[in-house]
Amino acid sequence: MIAGLTFACGAGAEELAPYTVVGDGIPASLTGTPGDAARGRALVLARTTTCILCHSGPFPETRFQGDLAPDLTGAGNRWSVSQLRLRLVDASRFNAQTIMPSYYRNDGLVRVGRSFAGKPILSAAEIEDIVAYLATLRD
Amino acid sequence: MNFWRAIAVATLLAAAPALLAGEIAPEARRSGYAFMGPDTRAMQDDDTSNPGMLFVLDGETLWTKKTGSAEKACADCHGDARGSMQGVAARYPAFDKTQGRPVTLDQRINLCRANHQQATPLPYESRDLLALSAFVAHQARGVAITAGEDPQVKPFVEQGRDLFMQREGQLNLACTNCHDDNFDKHLAGAPITQGQPTGYPMYRLEWQTLGSLERRLRSCMSGVRAQAYDYGAPELVALELFLMSRARGLPMETPAVRP
Ligand code: HEC
Ligand code: HEC
Repeated sequence: MIAGLTFACGAGAEELAPYTVVGDGIPASLTGTPGDAARGRALVLARTTTCILCHSGPFPETRFQGDLAPDLTGAGNRWSVSQLRLRLVDASRFNAQTIMPSYYRNDGLVRVGRSFAGKPILSAAEIEDIVAYLATLRD
Repeated sequence: MNFWRAIAVATLLAAAPALLAGEIAPEARRSGYAFMGPDTRAMQDDDTSNPGMLFVLDGETLWTKKTGSAEKACADCHGDARGSMQGVAARYPAFDKTQGRPVTLDQRINLCRANHQQATPLPYESRDLLALSAFVAHQARGVAITAGEDPQVKPFVEQGRDLFMQREGQLNLACTNCHDDNFDKHLAGAPITQGQPTGYPMYRLEWQTLGSLERRLRSCMSGVRAQAYDYGAPELVALELFLMSRARGLPMETPAVRP
């Protein structure tokens, strides 16, 4: 099954790299190159990235982890790289009611704060780093 | 079932309106106090260790101080607050006829300053405004919240409910996502409560000072990376009113202490 949809960006908003959804994933890297798993781990742990506000995971070094969302341990077993990439770009495609934010989206949002308006939460390169890290989470 | 019992049951059912989806049933409503550790609770419970009580004492002094070109004190019109202000904060925000809309306790204090004391408004979050509203709200400590019952404020309660349900900000989250659907869970390790507005203005250890409910709401809005409404904005007043009506029956705690 192919749902070949290519997204362009809204006018005035920061340019997003175009991507193509195939089935339930995005098979191609948003940057054209593979991400860096070590940088990805550091990003997931950074509060400003927001992942561990909701998730916990194999992070013995911090007590500040959330429990609003599944533990990320083993995420690389449960999901392919392509699925992980779409989950980060737009989790609402897996569950329309999800509370997980769409990390690569810059329009259709309400009252976005001045300093965040028109920008995605994460850059394409940051998403690739995090995807590379999540793919290593196998048990 | 006999006739009188049937009527009694029917009345009971009619008196308890059906809950909307996601709404917290009255008997399940819990103040933020119930989510705190023993140290913070003890600090709130003991007036000599509750840092909010310093503001209440300041407010008591301001209550009797003559102000503005009218040279009048609050006490000149209202007398002893222990009587006249008893329970008042439990029904705020309340409808103001001249404004044609609900006003918060802070706004009421500034309306009294303008209309009866001929004094300039106290800025939001200023020490004097927090002290006066803490002093007035303290006179409602232990009183069950009834705000939102006045038919004139119903449309504003509904506006507040819509805002509570509305996803917003770059993180695209609504108040209800955390405070109806995920209380008892943890955000980065910190407990999420039901967001009940029972103790405002209240002392937040993180702020190292007393703060208004509006300050708290603005920080939840910034948290989801939304553009926070300005202090006194009708949207914030409507949200505040909705939160108070959602807390119906819970006792006031001003000044509460929260982490
Ligand atoms: C506001 C809460 C929230 C935030 C922030 C959040 N998530 Fe999620 N996430 C969820 C929820 C809830 C689920 C469960 C499925 C659903 O509802 O979509 C989920 C599911 C997932 C899954 C699938 C889990 C599994 O094994 O089934 C992965 C992987 C994931 N998130 C990664 C991330 C990463 C990486 C970040 C940060 C860049 C992040 N999430 C930020 C709430 C969140
Ligand atoms: C991502 C989660 C999240 C969202 C969304 C959120 N809040 Fe909060 N809120 C919190 C946390 C965490 C706290 C601090 C702990 C607590 O009191 O629940 C808090 C505190 C509060 C409190 C203080 C409760 C007390 O006991 O003093 C109120 C009231 C409140 N929020 C209302 C709101 C409103 C209204 C909105 C929407 C404009 C909102 N929150 C959005 C997480 C959230």
